[in-house]
Amino acid sequence: MDQPQYSLDPRVNRLRLLESGEPVEVQEGENWNSFEVFHQEKRGAHHEHVGCVHAPNAQLALVFAKEQFARRKKCVNLWVVRSADILAFNAEDEDMFANNAEKTYRDASGFKVMEKINQFKKSTHDKK
Amino acid sequence: MYGGGYIFDEPNKRQLKEEQLHDDPVKLAEFEARIARGEKIEPGDWMPSEYRRQLIRLIEQHAHSEIIGALPEGTWITRAPGFKRKLALIAKVQDEIGHGQLLYNAAETLGKSREAMINDLLSGKSKYSNVFNYPAETWADVTVIGFLIDAAAIVNQVANAKGSYGPYCRALERICYEESFHLKQGHDAFIELATGTPAQKQMLQDALNRWWQPIMHFFGPPDKTSVHSEKLMQWKVKMASNDDMRNQFLDQYVPKIRELGMTLPDPELKKDETTGKWRFSDPDWDLFKKVINGGGPCNAERLQVRQWAEEHGRWVRKALMNPGAVKTAPVA
Repeated sequence: MDQPQYSLDPRVNRLRLLESGEPVEVQEGENWNSFEVFHQEKRGAHHEHVGCVHAPNAQLALVFAKEQFARRKKCVNLWVVRSADILAFNAEDEDMFANNAEKTYRDASGFKVMEKINQFKKSTHDKK
Repeated sequence: MYGGGYIFDEPNKRQLKEEQLHDDPVKLAEFEARIARGEKIEPGDWMPSEYRRQLIRLIEQHAHSEIIGALPEGTWITRAPGFKRKLALIAKVQDEIGHGQLLYNAAETLGKSREAMINDLLSGKSKYSNVFNYPAETWADVTVIGFLIDAAAIVNQVANAKGSYGPYCRALERICYEESFHLKQGHDAFIELATGTPAQKQMLQDALNRWWQPIMHFFGPPDKTSVHSEKLMQWKVKMASNDDMRNQFLDQYVPKIRELGMTLPDPELKKDETTGKWRFSDPDWDLFKKVINGGGPCNAERLQVRQWAEEHGRWVRKALMNPGAVKTAPVA
């Protein structure tokens, strides 16, 4: 198939795009910086991380975040924060979060009360 | 929208590369065990260099496909038949551009900057889905794209959303949710023409005839000819084979086309009820390769439109540039 002499896209013809063609080089950083976006679905709910946007500053990051993450589903508020300002643990240190069986004293399930209550009720009942 | 069960690669790069041979075997075993357990890989995790390279290429091509894919439809916004169709088309095109942004972000977490990806697109080094190198001649082409190309893309994306790389899966989850509207509005516009006047039916049939071969190309070459990468399947970068996805697409959508009295330009197209597989005449794979390598009817135009946007938007981007900001990559 040969390249058509004119485009089916009227904008392409109007701009005479097919006649230009100087290569363009995008400079590093020209697409700005990245901001992480947090979305609050309803009042009282947590803000949840939903993704990120590129923006030159935090104010515009909010504008872009609204376009990108609040087009459809319910949203009452958004936060943005520069990706670089997020401090996180190293992913390889995941094992430090592991819980062992000996820490059941931290969990509600680690305290078995019903057994004793039932035993107590049974013993007082038997005395009568 | 997205094209490409086919991950493009230069033939000579399909060999194991030097650095891949030197991946730490202990870490590699841990990494593969993690994937086998169904766990996701996150940006800070150790990963084989080949996994990183293949994922960057896959997600980057997906991102480019969203951006370039908006062009053939975008040109019809001004000429959409009626206010409702125009609103739907604007919303869909905005979604596609948004999907491109989500995917560039996901690819950036792997270490390639968005600027580098855009440069590789403009120079032709990085590819995008082949279907977008064909023109949308009439409004019926837009309905065929909106219905069938989006449907094919969904088959592909739903599979990829179960892959192993966390940021890509999260982006795809949002994308698939929005694509369901694209598919429905495409189907609706398709039905309207298929059940319309004889002229409308003919316009739709012509568009179907034009698009059928690009659609059959969409999922890439048959498994028997493409270099089958067991590693990519094992690493859950590639989630289903080209033939399997193509068969799933035909199974779901050929009946939806035929029930409206439309025909497809392939006398061989028929489901083999015993095997459950569709039979079809082999699409022209030489043409497919020629179009990927720049020889399609719209390759030059697509890139020139993208380049024009880059050139003419530059002053706005520069004017808004925050000089104090230091470049960083998305964290997740």
